[in-house]
Amino acid sequence: MSIASSILLTLPEVILSVSAIVLMLVAAYAGDKATRVVNGVAVAALFAAFLSLGQEGVAFDGLYSADAFANFAKPLIYLAAGVSILLSTRFFATEDRLRAEYSVLILLATVGMGMMVSATNLLTLYVGLELQSLAAYVLASFMRKDQRSAEAGLKYFVLGALASGILLYGISLLYGFSGTTDYHGVAEALANGVNTGELFGIVFVLAGLSFKIAAVPFHMWTPDVYEGAPTPVTAYFGSAPKVAAVALLVRVTIEAMGSAVTSWQQILIFTSLASIILGAFGAIGQTNIKRLLAYSSINNVGFVLVGLAAGTQDGVSATMTYMVIYVLMTLGSFACVLQMRAADGRHVEDIASLAGLSRRQPALAAAIAIFMFSLAGIPPLLGFWAKFVVFDAAVAAGLMPLAVIGIAASTIGAFYYLKIVKIMYFDEPAEAYHPVGSYVESGVIALTALAVSPLGYLAIPMLGAASAAAAKALF
Amino acid sequence: MIGLQHYLVVSAILFTMGVLGIFINRKNIIIILMAIELILLAVNINLVAFSAFLGDLVGQVFAMFVLTVAAGEAAIGLAILVIYFRGRGSIAVDDVNRMKG
Repeated sequence: MSIASSILLTLPEVILSVSAIVLMLVAAYAGDKATRVVNGVAVAALFAAFLSLGQEGVAFDGLYSADAFANFAKPLIYLAAGVSILLSTRFFATEDRLRAEYSVLILLATVGMGMMVSATNLLTLYVGLELQSLAAYVLASFMRKDQRSAEAGLKYFVLGALASGILLYGISLLYGFSGTTDYHGVAEALANGVNTGELFGIVFVLAGLSFKIAAVPFHMWTPDVYEGAPTPVTAYFGSAPKVAAVALLVRVTIEAMGSAVTSWQQILIFTSLASIILGAFGAIGQTNIKRLLAYSSINNVGFVLVGLAAGTQDGVSATMTYMVIYVLMTLGSFACVLQMRAADGRHVEDIASLAGLSRRQPALAAAIAIFMFSLAGIPPLLGFWAKFVVFDAAVAAGLMPLAVIGIAASTIGAFYYLKIVKIMYFDEPAEAYHPVGSYVESGVIALTALAVSPLGYLAIPMLGAASAAAAKALF
Repeated sequence: MIGLQHYLVVSAILFTMGVLGIFINRKNIIIILMAIELILLAVNINLVAFSAFLGDLVGQVFAMFVLTVAAGEAAIGLAILVIYFRGRGSIAVDDVNRMKG
């Protein structure tokens, strides 16, 4: 395998890193006047990276693998990154914080996520994860005059760094006791029986990754970071890094630890149930819509892990299907949150301010209702299908108790989603929102609402085939 | 004779001290940053010890990567700490409570 063909295989990452570096220089020389141009070029670079996907092969002597699984997850990451850049312009212009570095940071984080998804070696895993995390810490504290944003950045940094440390300690143990950092090498070593050192390594690696996907018991940072970070950044945190971390978790558990399923299955079953239940109960008392969506994301990660806990090819395929639908719902809901502006133009996040929205802005209320019903998993919306496939996979793998408790807990979760719908449709109207007047935001809301509406079922055969092919690449 | 176990024990002690330093410390955020460095150094001891024991260079290369990333991480952590201090005028851990949680 020559260097040239390796670089060709990593072309999406090369495109994104080169454009991030060039745009950084543009931002440094032209200043913040160039923000809109930089944002446009960044979206174009994401699109170019998307077009360069599709090759398959192993690059750099097994450090990086471009396969159907990576080619499935990456378009989703690029989509979320592109949408969060598009959503950012109007938001930061309103908040007087339009900075050209924003899309550069998003691009760098996206490169890291591409590495995470494609990593087939613990070293690449670590470097990709850190590239993503370091850019994300800065993004969380992007509104640096806002104390909540700085606090969010600080909390995210401390807990994220701790998670990386735990993950690294696990990696060092796995390396020491299996003698290699290559996923397949680790799998071979684990196939000869799991010794105590390797077991500790597996547990530490899973704990570190649980932090990154915000699964209980490592979810504490999520509500604060979601609330404090600027809304376009929160939309990004809720979608792209989640896809990347879940894809990474899937690849590590299946490719590197696939021969020791019994060692990690119970851990995943526990975190999955704990996330579903805590996500459902934690959201009930929230008054801030971004905190509520944070608990909703914890809840959703629980359902994602149900699919993965099955440990089968169908389970992985269900997990990836869930991620696609989840990203659409998340981007749509946060685009709706961006529409919430008080009469003086400030952005507000109180759920109470949604009261009577159906009489003030029927279209926005209908869109939020669609996202809430879909997140609750109520048919005929697409969110139902996502839950159906993961539970189907769990039942097929014989995890009946997990499926039963999970479904019972998901009805608790439905309570707070429905509460928002009730506030919008049956409460006395609150003060009218300041009009936003952004075609980009309305477009994002309309497209995602359309995608999760029953029309989305038309895409199910295609989505199912693609995620099945992605899952097949790992087995 | 100092063997692999001794290194692993030292590293485990350092790692535990780092984690405890994050959770028990109630005074100062800079101490948290130091605790994070301690965790990463514990990992490095592990990696280098395993690398020497296995006669495999990958562990040492990995340690170099960890050192580099740790430097970047500390830089970003201190930068965030500075903007936090500008807004609040304090870096006491107990004051980080603008949002509940």
